[in-house]
Amino acid sequence: MSELAQKREADRSKMSVSDHIAVQITNMNKWYGAFHVLRDINLTVNEGERIVIAGPSGSGKSTLIRCINRLEEHQQGDIIVDGTELTSDLKNIDKIRSEVGMCFQHFNLFPHLSILENCTLAPIWVRKTPKKEAEEIAMHFLEKVKIPEQADKFPGQLSGGQQQRVAIARSLCMKPRIMLFDEPTSALDPEMIKEVLDTMIELAEEGMTMLCVTHEMGFARQVANRVIFMDQGQIVEQNEPEEFFNNPKSDRTKLFLSQILGH
Amino acid sequence: MSEVSFVRTEMLPEQAPPATTVGFVGWIRHNLFTGWFNSIATVLSMLVIYFVLSKILPWMFMSSWSAGSLHECREAIAAAYGEHHEGACWAVIRERWIQLFFGFYPSELYWRPILAFFSLFVALGPVLFAEYVPKKLIWFTAIFPFFGAWLLWGGSIWVPISAILGFVLGYVAYRVITPILGSLAGVIAAAAVPVLWWIALASLFASSLESIIPLGIEAVESRKFGGFMLSITIGVVAIFGSLPLGIVLALGRQSDLLIVKALCVGFIEFIRGVPLITLLFVASTLLNIFLPPGTNFDIILRVLIMVTLFAAAYMAEVVRGGLAALPTGQYEAADALGLDYWKAQRLIIMPQALKISIPGIVSTFIGVFKDTTLVSIIALLDPLGLLAGIRADSNWNGIVWELYGFLALIFFIFCFSMSRYSMYLERKLQTGHQ
Ligand SMILES: Nc1ncnc2c1ncn2[C@@H]1O[C@H](COP(=O)(O)OP(=O)(O)OP(=O)(O)O)[C@@H](O)[C@H]1O
Ligand SMILES: [Mg+2]
Repeated sequence: MSELAQKREADRSKMSVSDHIAVQITNMNKWYGAFHVLRDINLTVNEGERIVIAGPSGSGKSTLIRCINRLEEHQQGDIIVDGTELTSDLKNIDKIRSEVGMCFQHFNLFPHLSILENCTLAPIWVRKTPKKEAEEIAMHFLEKVKIPEQADKFPGQLSGGQQQRVAIARSLCMKPRIMLFDEPTSALDPEMIKEVLDTMIELAEEGMTMLCVTHEMGFARQVANRVIFMDQGQIVEQNEPEEFFNNPKSDRTKLFLSQILGH
Repeated sequence: MSEVSFVRTEMLPEQAPPATTVGFVGWIRHNLFTGWFNSIATVLSMLVIYFVLSKILPWMFMSSWSAGSLHECREAIAAAYGEHHEGACWAVIRERWIQLFFGFYPSELYWRPILAFFSLFVALGPVLFAEYVPKKLIWFTAIFPFFGAWLLWGGSIWVPISAILGFVLGYVAYRVITPILGSLAGVIAAAAVPVLWWIALASLFASSLESIIPLGIEAVESRKFGGFMLSITIGVVAIFGSLPLGIVLALGRQSDLLIVKALCVGFIEFIRGVPLITLLFVASTLLNIFLPPGTNFDIILRVLIMVTLFAAAYMAEVVRGGLAALPTGQYEAADALGLDYWKAQRLIIMPQALKISIPGIVSTFIGVFKDTTLVSIIALLDPLGLLAGIRADSNWNGIVWELYGFLALIFFIFCFSMSRYSMYLERKLQTGHQ
């Protein structure tokens, strides 16, 4: 729980949800071998929604959001991202991946490339943007995450918080319509958590569709319009943040909240 | 409470370090004589070094450079340094070094291997020291394999040109097929078209062009090749052939396609399970059984292929080690950004995997280069094979150390350079905390 994150008040006025559906998951099931990780998942995300996914370790949160950009393959049910259905058709997968950005717990920057090259790589090679233009876009987003001065350094020379902000900028350079975050702050020291959360809040304020797996409940309260609680591969409860935190319905949720809020 | 409370009231000025830790004395104390164990080890090592040098240096330097035979050598040394002094007889090197470098290559054509050797370094420039040489040079690198081979073996200029044409055709096939039938078909076509060309049409093409426009230099037969020229030829081909082949095998071994994977694993395990000498014997004798009678498949070409395949199997395992050391997060990040398999491999995975594997790759290179001496077993005249002839010469009968020492020195120079280069490369590619 980060107290720091609550110092910056998120401006909810611009966070508007449209009717357009960004992600639609219906009756989705997934197994690892015989282990049933995701059980009958149904989830519709509209454009502009900020969804926080919480739940105990091993409940399948990462697996769920990784199914959305096909880092994991689901075996049953449908996932439709921005109108394109995820099948084993490589064309669809590539299309979806170039429209869905993802940030990982361990940043996964490319250590052999400079910060700028990390950001221009995908635009140049996937979108075929001319190098010059890709660099301008990259600098724009590096400025947005407040580290333009690090552009020529290598990831290994940056702090964890800076690396995660570069990772966010790297995703943004592809101009994604949806951003996935898998515990973006759990590998960071407390003082760096704030800088990353601030960046994410800013992103939310600009109307980005976001699905975040996170334990930062302060962030969830401020930014999310919906909190989803998962346990044992199932969606157990979902609600608006105020309701979710103040008035949890299921016993599992209550137990989880009492543990994570530390009282 | 007051017992543990402490506040510094004045800051300490900076002081010079004690004399025993700086300067020459400090260095010696710190590195050679810390503690009794280190001191004893230092003294013992010094004694050993002194003993070895006291034997070798007089042998090396109180020696004879001009003589026509071992006998004359001994006399000259006895006259100069006394009856009981044992000195090296470098005259043999002086007399035979050209042969050790060129084998029986016609002496009026020595300029060709020499030119090929220096062109090799020019061609390596863009690969080894990319930031110091003009970019355009890469074109020379691309044609060097053909140019170099043509210089060494000579013959019609149309042969290397038709070989290059095979690659051009492969590229054209890839470009044409990919948009129509997809990238897998494109890759297959890019591999199949050149092979068909080389097998079926290339020689016809070259000979008919030769009959219209005869252009060429004197051809040199393979059995005239010898000495370091042969070692370097085999070594360079095996080194630069095995790396790309090894990368392909390593990727194939990780492939999801079952047949590709099985083929790669089978190839790698088979080659690694068989000694190089066996493969060389297969190349020199058994292969003839399988080839249609009368085909003249050059012996050096056969050896080149075998040594390259042998090195590639080891290279594949080294590269696989590098691939395995990469965190899966790198693959995921590349996927998540929408890079396809080949782009991800080329831009993200391989640069890192190869960087991790540099020490292993260079060890394999060095091993292959030294293994080229094994070709003496199938009667190719590499430096080791030539030594047998020199030692059988009645003039030099009985001479051992000088010749082997010389060979060792030349091999050492090559291998040590490779090893230093790999250290330079590792330092250059270091991008972590500095
Ligand atoms: N590749 C895999 N093969 C087999 N089982 C896996 C694999 N990846 C994850 N699992 C299992 O699937 C379950 C869900 O994993 P997942 O990573 O989605 O959990 P999570 O909710 O993200 O947990 P955490 O908070 O620890 O990240 C876990 O029990 C995990 O052990
Ligand atoms: Mg997880």
